[in-house]
Amino acid sequence: MLGNLFRNLQQQGRQFNFSFLQSQAGFNIGETIIPYETNSPYYWAFVVGLVNTLRSILVGFVLTTIVGVVAGIASFSDNWLLRQLNRVYVEVVRNTPLLLQLFVWYFAVFFALSQGGQIAQLPGSVFVGKETGLVIPWSSGTSIAWISFGALLVGAIAAYLIWHRRIKLMEEQGASGQREFTALVSLGIVGLLLFLFGLQWEFPRLNDTGGVDGGLRMSLEYGALLAGLSFYTGAFIAEIVRAGIQSVSKGQWEAAKALGLQTGSSMRLVVFPQALRVIIPSLNSQYMNLAKNSSLALAIGYPDIYATFITTQNQTGRAVEGILLIALIYLLLNLIISVLMNIFNRSVQFAER
Amino acid sequence: MLKWSSKLLAVSFSIAALTACAAPTTTNTASTSPDAASPGATASSPSRLDTIVSRGKLICGVEGTIPGFSFVDSSGKYTGLDVDVCKAVAAAIFGDPEKVEYRNLDSTARFPALASGEVDMLSRNTTWTLSRDSAGGNGLEFAPATFYDGQGVMVTKASGITDLKQLDGKAICVETGTTTELNLATRSTELGIKPNEVKFQDSNAGFAAYQEGRCQAMTSDRSQLAAKRTAFPNPDDHILLDAVLSKEPLGPVTINNDSRWFDVVKWVTYGLMQAEEFGITQANVEEKVNDRSPDVKRFLGGDGNLGKDLGLPNDFMVKAVKAVGNYGEIYERNVGTGSPLKIDRGLNNLWSDGGLMYSPPFR
Repeated sequence: MLGNLFRNLQQQGRQFNFSFLQSQAGFNIGETIIPYETNSPYYWAFVVGLVNTLRSILVGFVLTTIVGVVAGIASFSDNWLLRQLNRVYVEVVRNTPLLLQLFVWYFAVFFALSQGGQIAQLPGSVFVGKETGLVIPWSSGTSIAWISFGALLVGAIAAYLIWHRRIKLMEEQGASGQREFTALVSLGIVGLLLFLFGLQWEFPRLNDTGGVDGGLRMSLEYGALLAGLSFYTGAFIAEIVRAGIQSVSKGQWEAAKALGLQTGSSMRLVVFPQALRVIIPSLNSQYMNLAKNSSLALAIGYPDIYATFITTQNQTGRAVEGILLIALIYLLLNLIISVLMNIFNRSVQFAER
Repeated sequence: MLKWSSKLLAVSFSIAALTACAAPTTTNTASTSPDAASPGATASSPSRLDTIVSRGKLICGVEGTIPGFSFVDSSGKYTGLDVDVCKAVAAAIFGDPEKVEYRNLDSTARFPALASGEVDMLSRNTTWTLSRDSAGGNGLEFAPATFYDGQGVMVTKASGITDLKQLDGKAICVETGTTTELNLATRSTELGIKPNEVKFQDSNAGFAAYQEGRCQAMTSDRSQLAAKRTAFPNPDDHILLDAVLSKEPLGPVTINNDSRWFDVVKWVTYGLMQAEEFGITQANVEEKVNDRSPDVKRFLGGDGNLGKDLGLPNDFMVKAVKAVGNYGEIYERNVGTGSPLKIDRGLNNLWSDGGLMYSPPFR
């Protein structure tokens, strides 16, 4: 096959090399978070595209995990309405194509929110405008905000250590853990205060010229892509979580009840940790799917790495080299995800004694 | 699992390293290739033309969604200027303009489809540029332009934009993978403005986003903007700016290094212009075969063997003109006064009428 490829390329009088990456790209990229100029070289355009891809994938992972786990657990809820809503969501989203859903999010949801060229205000100081994009409240990024952010991180690590120590003390020495509990609660209160006031939230507001000031700004394309990816993958994760929880034998629930644990506590302390063993490996492939599906961004005008490749191959005619390059990038990305998930997986497996 | 993934990771890294080293060696072997296609050898070498004749139909790549150029009408038939060029070529080869199979191709799929042989030719508003023509670039052959276009910008009347400079900081919808994208980048650098480009692979998605108000402007070839505007709910709310961003000669395209096939497409296209110059129309073409002028007689195959030299029936231009008319008729029917587009002929007039349509002599 390779021989065939090279022979065909030769017949067309073309050479296989990557030197085109050094020449000027000459096109613009709509959304960038690292500096990019029209005359930047092609390889830099690829880097900018990759950053855009990573930006959607990483935030997507967080959102889709939250959506998936909440929806998965909701399928066990005692609330009939919640259970049915959850079922409708999972079945509809899981059984329609993602491309269609992206168009629905982009053209039907986000555009409909800002009808008639007006900037619409949603609850919680979120603004949506067609040109403005999506604006949400965000930390103002002053030095005080950064210090608070650091303090929050340190506090979170400290809280995690104290919590572990408390469990250990309770298990080994039968201590009441009251002292550590007080420490945890006070840490929590300080953390909440820091979160609310220390981060110096900046709420976006409408200005006189009809624009929006302040807050964090995302384009509608990015918003629609994130929403589409998170809810689509979230539906699959919900099913995985449900299956994982169901795989834990009924005896575990009954044993937890017999020990006097509440439903919430038995889920959190007994069932869910065991379900994780089943959930993590399948979760791995869902994360990989999300990473790969992010290439559909092109359809709704978000400039990810695949969009960059399309423009590049059209201008340089380097389809073979370009395909190889992005295939390699997606492969690497997914292998890294896989390795990380496997490390995580090992940490939740049974330690054989 | 972990072990396997790590190994695969290591392998892919080493492949990356290998390709980086291997690149120079392939360069040397490939540089000799242009000699292989020496002009003397082409007459006997296998050509796309033989494939088409033995297949019994022409496969033509078109855009398929631009009214006036290539569009599926209410009866399910392809119509338009680009489509008529396909029909003319099919009529020249087979004597039957219906022996064409159309493939709708978007702007990114068109070149791979042509290079892989999925389509025989493109007649799909493709701009003729050096990098697309050259062997080092896309490696294509461009037949003469069938439509001289220019890139324009459409804005809503409500936006109040009248000049390119006012686009600074405004959102503008673009189709990706086109010369449009490059021209916009070049012109905005020249003007020192930074419009916010939102790019779509599919021009329909781009136009939809523009209509929804995502962008204040839309850029594309002027003919395409005019054509799409006719399909808007209220076309009068949108105006085309006077500024022309680029030269866009649009024409049929074939693959490189196949002169026999390329010559057929090229001379059928020229023939349509020559027919207009001779005053040969769909209605009178059959009488003109016995015209007194030796030039006209030779052109229509009543004399000499111009058609045979191309590897076609000698009366190929009779069949082509009979099928679709001369260039002027094609133009007026699809995009000119006989159509809703009503695009002035301007540059697309014959050279004798102040335009650019000029055919080398059929001799």
